[in-house]
Amino acid sequence: MQIIQPHYHAIARTAQDYERMAMSGVVAVCEPAFWAGFDRRHPETFIDYFAQISEFEPTRAAEFGIRHYCWVAVNPKEAENKELTNEVLRQMPEFLGKPTCLGVGETGLHKSTPNEIESLQAHVEMAMKHDQLVLIHTPHLSDKAHGTKTVLEVLAGMDVNPDKIWIDHVEEQTIEPVLDAGYWAGMTLYPVTKCSPRRAVDILEKYPRERLLVNSSADWGPSDPFTLQESIVEFRRRGHSLQAAVEIYHNNPCRFLGQNPKWDIKPITISEE
Amino acid sequence: MLSPQKTLDTYYLEARRDLLEVAAMLDRYDEAVKRDGAKAENESKKVSLLEAMEILAQPEHPNANRAEQLLNHFAKIT
Repeated sequence: MQIIQPHYHAIARTAQDYERMAMSGVVAVCEPAFWAGFDRRHPETFIDYFAQISEFEPTRAAEFGIRHYCWVAVNPKEAENKELTNEVLRQMPEFLGKPTCLGVGETGLHKSTPNEIESLQAHVEMAMKHDQLVLIHTPHLSDKAHGTKTVLEVLAGMDVNPDKIWIDHVEEQTIEPVLDAGYWAGMTLYPVTKCSPRRAVDILEKYPRERLLVNSSADWGPSDPFTLQESIVEFRRRGHSLQAAVEIYHNNPCRFLGQNPKWDIKPITISEE
Repeated sequence: MLSPQKTLDTYYLEARRDLLEVAAMLDRYDEAVKRDGAKAENESKKVSLLEAMEILAQPEHPNANRAEQLLNHFAKIT
C-alpha cells in the first residue's frame, strides 16, 4: 500500500527510518519546521534550517525513492522572541518559493500567550498573502483544549480560506470544533503523549473522513514513525477495505497538499482487491 | 529507588495513555452496540474491567498490591 507521511521531522531521524519507510510503502514525507529542543537565538539559525529541509533533506530521502517536501515557520515555542520572529518572517518568502516547500508551518500555539497569538496571526497573514497552505500546531496535554479554541478564535477573526488550513494534533476533545469550522484536522500518533493508533481509528470510524489526516510521530523525542503503519493495520483489522485505507493514508494528503501545485502526487484507486 | 514525587512524574503520562486506551476501548464497545443494536452476548469481560477500575479507585491500598488484586480479579474471566 502506498502511504504518505504528512508530518515527519526528518532531520531528527536516521537514514534507517527512510529505508524502513520505503520498505513499508511510504512514497513521500512532509517536514514542517519545528522546535529544536532549545530556543534558537539567531534568525540565521532558522535560515540554515530552512535551507536544510528545503535543499538537503530531499536528496537524503531520494536515496530511498521517497519524495521529501517541507514547510517553514517559527515554532510557537520561540514566538516570545518577537525580534527573532519578525526577522525570520521577513526572510520566509524566499523559502516559500523553493520547489519542495508546501507552505507555512508548523505555526500555532504552545502556551497561548499574546506573543504566540501575534506570531500565529503574522504567519497566517503571510500564508494567505502568498496563497500558501498553513499547518497549525495545537498545544499538548492540558493546554490542548484551550489552545485549540484560541486557534479557532484567532482564525475566525481573520480573512482565511479554511480549505487551505490544516489544524494538527487533534484528539477526541478537539476534533469536532475543528471540523465544524471547515478546516482539515490532523491526528498525530505518539507512543505516549498524543493520539494512539487505535484511538485514531476510532475517530476515523466516528467522523466524516474527507478532511482527516493521520500522521505519525517522528522527531527527536520519544516517537515512532511506524505508528502510522500501526494505525493502518488497526484500520484494516477492523474490516475496512484497502481502498478506504488508501483514501485516508494516501489520497487525503494528496487532496490537501495538492492544493499547492508543487505537490504532484495524485490520488490513486485500487482497481482490484 | 524513586521518590514518591519522582514516581508520579516518571509514570504519569504512560498511565494516562493506558487509561485513555481503556476509555477508548469502552467507547468502541458502546459504538459497536449502537451499530449492531444489541449488546455482546457475554459482557463479562466489560464487567470485569469496570470492577477492576473500582478496585483501583479505592483510596487506600495498605499493602500496595493493586496489581496482585487485579490479577486475581482477572483470573475469574476464562
